Amino acid sequence: MVKIENITKTYEKGKVKALTNINLSIEKGELFGLIGPDGAGKTSLFRILTSLLIPDSGIVKIMNFDVVKDYKEIRKITGYMPGKFSLYQDLSVEENLNFFASVFGTTVKENYSLIEDIYVQIEPFKKRLAGKLSGGMKQKLALSCALIHKPEILVLDEPTTGVDAVSRKEFWEMLKKLKSEGITILVSTPYMDEASLCDRIALIQNGEILSVDKPLNIINQFNKKLFAIRTSNMYQLMQDLKQFGSLNTAFLFGQVVHFTSKNKNTNSEEIRFFLKENNHSDIFIKEIVPSIEDCFMEFAKNEK
Amino acid sequence: MEKVIIVKNLVKKFEDFVANDNLTFDVYKGEIFGFLGANGAGKTTAMKILCALSQPTSGELNVAGFDVYTQQDKIKANIGYMSQRFSLYEDLTVFENIQFYAGIYGLSNKIIKERAENLIKKLEMVEMKNKLVSSLPLGWRQKLSFSIAIIHKPQIVFLDEPTGGVDPITRRQFWDLIYDAANDGITIFVTTHYMDEAEYCNRVSIMVDGRIEALDTPQNLKKQFNAEDMNEVFIQLARKSKNKE
Amino acid sequence: MNKFKAFVKKEFYHIFRDKRTMLILFGMPIVQILLFGFVITTEIKDVEIAIWDKSKDEVTQKITNKILGSGYFKLVKNIDNEQEIYNAFKKGTIKEALIFENNFAQNLNNRNNANIQIITDASDPNIANLIVNYTSAIVYSYTGELNSNLTIPMQIKTESTMLYNSELKSVFMFVPGTMAMILMLVSAMITSIAITREKELGTMEVLLVSPLKVSQIIIGKVAPYIVLSIINVITIIALAMSIFHMPIVGSLSLLIAVSILFIFMALSLGILISTVTNDQQTAMMISMFALMLPTILLSGFIFPIENMPKILQWLTVIIPPKYYISAIKDIMLKGSGLSYIWKDVAVLFLMTLVLLGLSIKKFKIRLE
Repeated sequence: MVKIENITKTYEKGKVKALTNINLSIEKGELFGLIGPDGAGKTSLFRILTSLLIPDSGIVKIMNFDVVKDYKEIRKITGYMPGKFSLYQDLSVEENLNFFASVFGTTVKENYSLIEDIYVQIEPFKKRLAGKLSGGMKQKLALSCALIHKPEILVLDEPTTGVDAVSRKEFWEMLKKLKSEGITILVSTPYMDEASLCDRIALIQNGEILSVDKPLNIINQFNKKLFAIRTSNMYQLMQDLKQFGSLNTAFLFGQVVHFTSKNKNTNSEEIRFFLKENNHSDIFIKEIVPSIEDCFMEFAKNEK
Repeated sequence: MEKVIIVKNLVKKFEDFVANDNLTFDVYKGEIFGFLGANGAGKTTAMKILCALSQPTSGELNVAGFDVYTQQDKIKANIGYMSQRFSLYEDLTVFENIQFYAGIYGLSNKIIKERAENLIKKLEMVEMKNKLVSSLPLGWRQKLSFSIAIIHKPQIVFLDEPTGGVDPITRRQFWDLIYDAANDGITIFVTTHYMDEAEYCNRVSIMVDGRIEALDTPQNLKKQFNAEDMNEVFIQLARKSKNKE
Repeated sequence: MNKFKAFVKKEFYHIFRDKRTMLILFGMPIVQILLFGFVITTEIKDVEIAIWDKSKDEVTQKITNKILGSGYFKLVKNIDNEQEIYNAFKKGTIKEALIFENNFAQNLNNRNNANIQIITDASDPNIANLIVNYTSAIVYSYTGELNSNLTIPMQIKTESTMLYNSELKSVFMFVPGTMAMILMLVSAMITSIAITREKELGTMEVLLVSPLKVSQIIIGKVAPYIVLSIINVITIIALAMSIFHMPIVGSLSLLIAVSILFIFMALSLGILISTVTNDQQTAMMISMFALMLPTILLSGFIFPIENMPKILQWLTVIIPPKYYISAIKDIMLKGSGLSYIWKDVAVLFLMTLVLLGLSIKKFKIRLE
């Protein structure tokens, strides 16, 4: 469906590197996640995919259309939701939807079935100006507008950034539903916990892909023992772990610290002993399965 | 424990719309207080009032020992503020930004120089001292911006989604800074959409439709809602929201 | 066609929902024309004058009395040398000086004519013009009285000199300039802002990713402003005709046709500006400095081109409003037809073609 080969993109005459040698291929009907922090190159890559930017080198093909040469065809088959809320704030919900429908040469009626589930949630406010909607509602409207022409491929740039946990959850449920309609979906996000909701993900940092695979396989690539540790004094715990002889990483993860050692043989008992030495009480240690966020940090660290 | 923020029956109305509906809570000295809520729950409104940027409709409020109705200037001198959006001047260098912000809080040149150097060293930014802020990656900027927000050693620092979009490693380094500051006795008042960060707080309040629906330590909240993590607590609460618009 | 209709409809929503745009679009032309009209007053009263009566005879005395008795003029002082006149003008104590020539009454009797020289301060050209007209009228009415019982008509010649602004301009002269300015403002500035606003809000990104063609986006964006500009032209002409009784000597349809040409030129400029900027503020600044200022300063609107330094005169050649103002001035005030103004029109037409071509070529189908 999408084939990305050796894409490199720089800005300001090569001074700023946005993307370096990106290779990806995405299957039809896939829900593909591009995961990385701000400034990793997600937006640049999506803009190349939607024919808004020309790469310095490399080839991108969507359904065999070249994004540079055949940009007219590309624009017919893609639905795009930019990172910034980009609907007309001074038009109402209804007016926005009608406008984008006619821009794509269709009507709201024609493809209503596709957006129905999403649109019914905002329909009670169809007379309200888009600028007056809350974050979650804006996202729903933007998604409706991107879908109105029944695109083959949907490109969503950070649709859940700045949106609260509940709206985010709802948004991902909508994406799953769209996927079941056979639409290929590319979505980028800085939230690592959303990775498990995708069929496949690419981790991206500083314009380079760290890893591409199914979320489970990525977790399997994590080749170290990961311990979750908790004691009564978390601040002190972090300070002390930094002194642990074979420390590889120690990161706060919610209520626990995720700890890895350089030494394969490090086990819970050794850590417990070390912490007792340092006067910690209520010590909890457990070896756990890493999350995507653990993987991301590990890969990013190795990359450096 | 010493209270640095006392809020009693805070109400804020915009015409008919009640943004803050009778909030009552205290924040203790040196604690990390997580202020959570869905979009539009009224977090920003309340935070603006606490920072003395807007007046409440009614209620008793005391921030850093001063009254929000009559002693706004004193409050502003005793708090720090950092938001995700506005933080630093991109066309000034790292050092110039520090100098400027420290200057507006009336620190003497000697103290500014001393603290600027400590800060730059602590952030490992010695080589970037004279670089424009626009050339720094986002994560660095946020760390710098936080350090600047507390350069005048305020009693309380307010952080409005300080880690949005920041990479996971830098996000944790950021929280290290927060812990250090709290350890120095600075009270941290923080909002975030990352639920794992809610776990780092000493206490967490969750707002729904302008009211505080829950306020306790993360551990107690999880027990109370029979939830595995804060994300679940949050979703259970936020689902209750009546105005799902 | 459906796409186009939807686009234009959307554009009108933007315009009607933004009070500031509405104010600029419809308030501005009216305020401008009224301001120019009323600041340049059309009535005079108690104008300070000085008189140098070289002859001091019966006739000059009679004329002086008649002038001072009219109520329009007030004698500040009698003077007897040229230097004093200029000093008084410089100090601003007088607005007009009258000089009766030597042996005025004698000349009138012997040669049947005599001369009065009128000097006015023309830094306010409209007032100066009025003062001269009033003065001359009083003098003529005096000669009229004299001649009623004479067979050979006697003549008193008034010879006027305008100080400080030799090329006289009146309220009518401001109408073409105001039209040029308003059209620049509405067509170029507002259009460039309307397009850059879409870039700033990110909606341009979505439009570009849609199957719309560049020409469709451009035409859709500017069509409403063409309509609004034409409404503005008609409003200004109607105001000038009704409130200031400005005569339109030439053909009204030619006037509107030339205006439409100018509107297209300005729109192309607006689009061109929007292609080189990414935010509204820059677009506004460029429009202000690159369009509005030259329109006001270099088009001959306020300052006569003939009096400019040579370099600036050369510069005016590339200022489009110069040709527009010159063309419609001729149509409105002289009644010239196309055969007379064709040069100006041709230059405007060429400029429009070049600018339009350039802006379409530069209008990016991508983000960079």
